[in-house]
Amino acid sequence: MKPVRIVTGPVAALDRANVDTDQIIPKQFLKRIERTGFGEFLFYDWVKQPDFPLNRPEFQGAPILAAGPNFGSGSSREHAPWALQDYGFDAIIAPSFSDIFKSNCAMIGLLTVELGEEDVRELLDLAPAEATVDLERQMVTLPSEREVPFAIDADIRERLLNGWDEIALTERRLDEIERYERERERTRPDVLAL
Amino acid sequence: MFEKVWTDHEVGDGLLFIDLHLVHEVTSPQAFDGLRMAGRPVRRPDRTLATADHNVPTGGGRADELSEQQLAALSRNCEEFGVRLYPLGHRNQGIVHVIGPELGVTQPGMTIVCGDSHTSTHGAFGSLAFGIGTSEVEHVMATQTLVQRRPKTMLIDYRGALGPGCTAKDMILGTIAQIGTAGGAGHVIEYAGDAVRGLSMEGRMTIANMSIEAGARAGMIAPDETTFAYLEGRPGVPEDYAAAVERWSALRTDEGARFDHTVVVDVPSLPPQVSWGTNPGQVVPVTGAVPEPRNESDERALAYMDLRPGTPVEDIRIDRVFLGSCTNGRLEDLRAAADIIRGRRVADGVRAMVVPGSMLVKAQAESEGLDAVFRDAGFEWRSAGCSMCLGMNPDILAPGERCASTSNRNFEGRQGRGGRTHLLSPAMAAAAAVTGHLTDVRELVA
Repeated sequence: MKPVRIVTGPVAALDRANVDTDQIIPKQFLKRIERTGFGEFLFYDWVKQPDFPLNRPEFQGAPILAAGPNFGSGSSREHAPWALQDYGFDAIIAPSFSDIFKSNCAMIGLLTVELGEEDVRELLDLAPAEATVDLERQMVTLPSEREVPFAIDADIRERLLNGWDEIALTERRLDEIERYERERERTRPDVLAL
Repeated sequence: MFEKVWTDHEVGDGLLFIDLHLVHEVTSPQAFDGLRMAGRPVRRPDRTLATADHNVPTGGGRADELSEQQLAALSRNCEEFGVRLYPLGHRNQGIVHVIGPELGVTQPGMTIVCGDSHTSTHGAFGSLAFGIGTSEVEHVMATQTLVQRRPKTMLIDYRGALGPGCTAKDMILGTIAQIGTAGGAGHVIEYAGDAVRGLSMEGRMTIANMSIEAGARAGMIAPDETTFAYLEGRPGVPEDYAAAVERWSALRTDEGARFDHTVVVDVPSLPPQVSWGTNPGQVVPVTGAVPEPRNESDERALAYMDLRPGTPVEDIRIDRVFLGSCTNGRLEDLRAAADIIRGRRVADGVRAMVVPGSMLVKAQAESEGLDAVFRDAGFEWRSAGCSMCLGMNPDILAPGERCASTSNRNFEGRQGRGGRTHLLSPAMAAAAAVTGHLTDVRELVA
């Protein structure tokens, strides 16, 4: 994973609440067994509608997406973050995200930043005006140049800043896992015994 | 209860041991690829179980080429990494959240994950079960653990008893309407109260299943005699069953346990529920009407659903009926629908379909003659899979078609592009099938 520090540039605005992962990447694209190439199918059904905000020319190439609350709800498909990242977004700013979507983004280095409704409103209303997400300082610079802090899990922040692979990090704790398995894992019949 | 399960599985700070990892064809290929590239094995194949469910054809014959490739990849990967697989054609094949419990591999007190958001279903047994993405699937395959922060806890306290014709589905749809689709975000829900205690395991699974639709990654129900009776004799349970029951009994939430939030749901005030919009919180009683929009989201939903505020719910005509899914594709669900169907016919112009949740459910239903009840009434009787719940296989709605569905999501295009979904219980779906419009099932049983 590439390290993530600062994302800066124009903001694309998707002023909708409860955007679910079925909209972000519809099911017919979940049949692919690759991890790449999902960007061209992002919001596949919505982009066919002429009034869909992300079709606006001024939003093309924006690295930041601003959206309404509960973004990424529904299905756990990681194909949704893959598609957003592949399309060119490096950070998403919204009042709230669904839990699984947020975890999935953190695994691939796509920043999810939760800001208050009013701050997100400024981004949505002024888009494509530029903003900056500074992960190191945990600060968003809004188009008005006002700075607002955001919260992020300390371990996730460090992992993203360094571009570390979570599996490799956990493998360093192998002795802990082995100890758990030895001492505390209760004896149960193996699933394979079925 | 949540605290007990969590603490019991803490390998160390922020690292949770996973007892059971369920795998299916759609969210696993990239994870297996990741392992292969890094030269990692599946650490605990004995705690990993795979099946094919999301894109399998349910009407016989072969899947489309891409689906076939994905199914073939699952078979290849499971063989290479030594993972037990129930593929298409196997008697144990079915929706991953139906087969775990019916095989008895889902047990109280376990941590269970799967690359699917409806993994919350298994919480009905008092396990901590939640959906994960493909990178986390790979992490669990490689380490049998997950990096997790302790979530907050929410108690949903169901007060009072269910009325006639009302089911677990109505309880959970009514709950999501009450707290919203993000109401449970950041929380693990515990469902409690007499109405929950009175439910069968099937009903409890319906409730836990839709935790994610309330925004909660997991939902749990304390194990009790109903749980132990359900699991007894199933192939996956411990040999010393009495000892297991004793251990599981200790999981029950202690008196006076504290929750970060408590929600009270008044069960007697819940008539059969139906969704009218494009998220599972947009729900009204079948006795009600399509509501006035309160925001832009509601307006978009009304336009997509082609509904006008004030229209009585029972006036909404339907084209299709889907009975199945990990929410309502179990034997009890099929029985409940069959009770309404028996001696009646699917209304003219309506196409109705039953997709049992697993091949075992299908076999059991056939041994009871339920397949004949459905067929005689004009239903299609299919093989097991996720089917029209998410429409990855050919079972989809045509644009503009309106479906009474026992599944869990009414998102735009979920059941097919331009398709319109109304979520409801199996009995309500059966009632809609015979009348051709959304119908209060209580009128048919009176």
